[in-house]
Amino acid sequence: MNLQTGPTVSAAIEARNVSRAYGSSWALKDCSLDIPAGSITGLVGPNGAGKTTLLSLATGMLRPTTGSIRVLGAVPGHGTAQLRKVGFVAQETPVYAGLSVAGHLKLGQRMNARWDAELAASRIRELKLDPRLKAGRLSGGQRAQLALTMALARRPDLLILDEPVASLDPLARRDFLAGLAKATAGPQMSVVMSSHLVSDLERICDYIVVLVASRIQVAGPVADVLAGHHLVSGPSVDRSDLPGDAEIISAARNLGQKTALVRAAAAPQQLAWTVTRPNLEDVVLGYLGRAGEGAVDDAAVEAAAVEPAAVEPAP
Amino acid sequence: MTWLTFRQFRAQAITALAAVAVLAVAYGYTGPHLADLYDKSGLRGCGSGPHCLSLATAFMKSLRADQVYPALFFAGILILLILPAVIGAFWGAPLVARELETGTYRLAWNQDATRTRWMAVKLGLIGLAAIATAGLLSLLFSWWAGPVNAAGGFPDNLGQFTRITPLMFIAQGVAPAAWAVLAFVIGVVIGIVVRRTIAAMAITIVIVVLLQFLWPNFIRPHLLTPVRATAPVTLEGLNSMLVSSSGGVAVAVNQPGTPRLPGAWVLSNYTVTPTGKTFYLPGTASSACAKGSPAQCDAWIAGQHLTQVVEYQPASNFWQLQWIETALLLFVTAGLGGVATWRTRRLLT
Repeated sequence: MNLQTGPTVSAAIEARNVSRAYGSSWALKDCSLDIPAGSITGLVGPNGAGKTTLLSLATGMLRPTTGSIRVLGAVPGHGTAQLRKVGFVAQETPVYAGLSVAGHLKLGQRMNARWDAELAASRIRELKLDPRLKAGRLSGGQRAQLALTMALARRPDLLILDEPVASLDPLARRDFLAGLAKATAGPQMSVVMSSHLVSDLERICDYIVVLVASRIQVAGPVADVLAGHHLVSGPSVDRSDLPGDAEIISAARNLGQKTALVRAAAAPQQLAWTVTRPNLEDVVLGYLGRAGEGAVDDAAVEAAAVEPAAVEPAP
Repeated sequence: MTWLTFRQFRAQAITALAAVAVLAVAYGYTGPHLADLYDKSGLRGCGSGPHCLSLATAFMKSLRADQVYPALFFAGILILLILPAVIGAFWGAPLVARELETGTYRLAWNQDATRTRWMAVKLGLIGLAAIATAGLLSLLFSWWAGPVNAAGGFPDNLGQFTRITPLMFIAQGVAPAAWAVLAFVIGVVIGIVVRRTIAAMAITIVIVVLLQFLWPNFIRPHLLTPVRATAPVTLEGLNSMLVSSSGGVAVAVNQPGTPRLPGAWVLSNYTVTPTGKTFYLPGTASSACAKGSPAQCDAWIAGQHLTQVVEYQPASNFWQLQWIETALLLFVTAGLGGVATWRTRRLLT
């Protein structure tokens, strides 16, 4: 069964068999995606799974080794017209330490044709940031909020956020996600945000991509993904007991009961089984567990362990 | 993009402006006094007769006796000599390297401006600032040092330290501006390659200094065909003879009884026998120079019908050399600017 939606008229991100190598190791392997425009997409996976690589490919900061990727119908990062359409909040939310908050807004205004000064100013007011404060003296949460403001005020058609809350404390995390949710409620803007925590994504996302060990495990609208997975518990749950289209993603044994995450169009039925609907976390954890059990080839796992060094700040 | 460039360059620009201002005051204040001394020396419009030579010597002696003029003269040369390395290290090297080091390149290169535009504006504006800074300082110093140049240069009129000679050449005229902008672009390219600010700064300094040393030794002498002068070696000229460790004999120029080449940059100076072979002092014990008095030795050498051969760039070639060198350096600068832009477009992709 294919959980991916078919090609849409206007895709935010359209990837065809995209792979990206660093030297001899693969950070991303054979990735195909159709993220529909207008969706709020969560890209979830463990650290080192290739999330940054995928998002960097979408911004044009990286180029694929093989395959092709189109963002809003064009080559990512190519030319001002394309750069203008895509907003990017990079990992660790880089800002200029020596430049004030107001200086950053001025930078945004001077460098971007679509800059929404009103939006930027009101966000800074709401965040109660002192415009004169140098960005280097902001807290991690404030810095992330400033970076988000910079990206939002460019009025992008697609906003890409690479683990924007990864290094934030729970309160700053909540505030950031609230700000993002508010910003995405209004205008027709596609959002793709990565995280290694499902809880960050669950509340705001309507589309999910699970990336483990350099490969896309599952991608589709959240509702479809949930409907296509089932938690099956019983004394014994084996592949042979399941209908032909079903697949056991992962299984755990506890007190003589086996609980398996099963991918199947319809819920499997057996008298001895209890079948429940998984939540998003159950599904994602299932795929994470599967990668750990070696269901994905070793080379890819090994490759995924190598953080994409080239997109990190130079050592 | 222009705004961002100015904003990120603000501190460096203020430093440069302050330095230029301080030097403008120092040289601007003392310059007219120096010109006044020159006017009073009677050198203006004097020509190159023996009478003028002694006037020039007297003028330079009076300058050397002063506390301020020699200090300002050598400070000016020193500042203009190290300026390219400083500009390369502090303006060029961090341009891309710091963005990579702090990760801000991901912010900078995800605005509307393409990397090509980002680089073109940065290289263009800061390159112009480098040209302006070095150009202004060189103009200021060239103006100030005008009387010294006219009198033959420090330390006196031996012709060893005139404006066409290596140390002075890139401290006067238009070449300093070209050296500054070239060093800037070298810094940028090294920053892109090394990706670490401090390391890039250090490497830039080494490369610029190396280039400043190699260029006048291997390239500048050939930018214009050197002039070759020959003169018979006279007994009087042998008073200023230099003998090398291999026994080669060189008779100084601009001395009594030796060729007058005022303000020239001497590239080679040697002595040949009537058959055209390079002359070496005989090492045998039988020669007059081994056992006789110095006067007997000189008399013996003078009797050998030797000819002094000097290859040099005459003082009159100064401006032509300046323009050729400037054009050449700007050409290299443009090429490196292209490399920097191309590399930045592909950086980390």
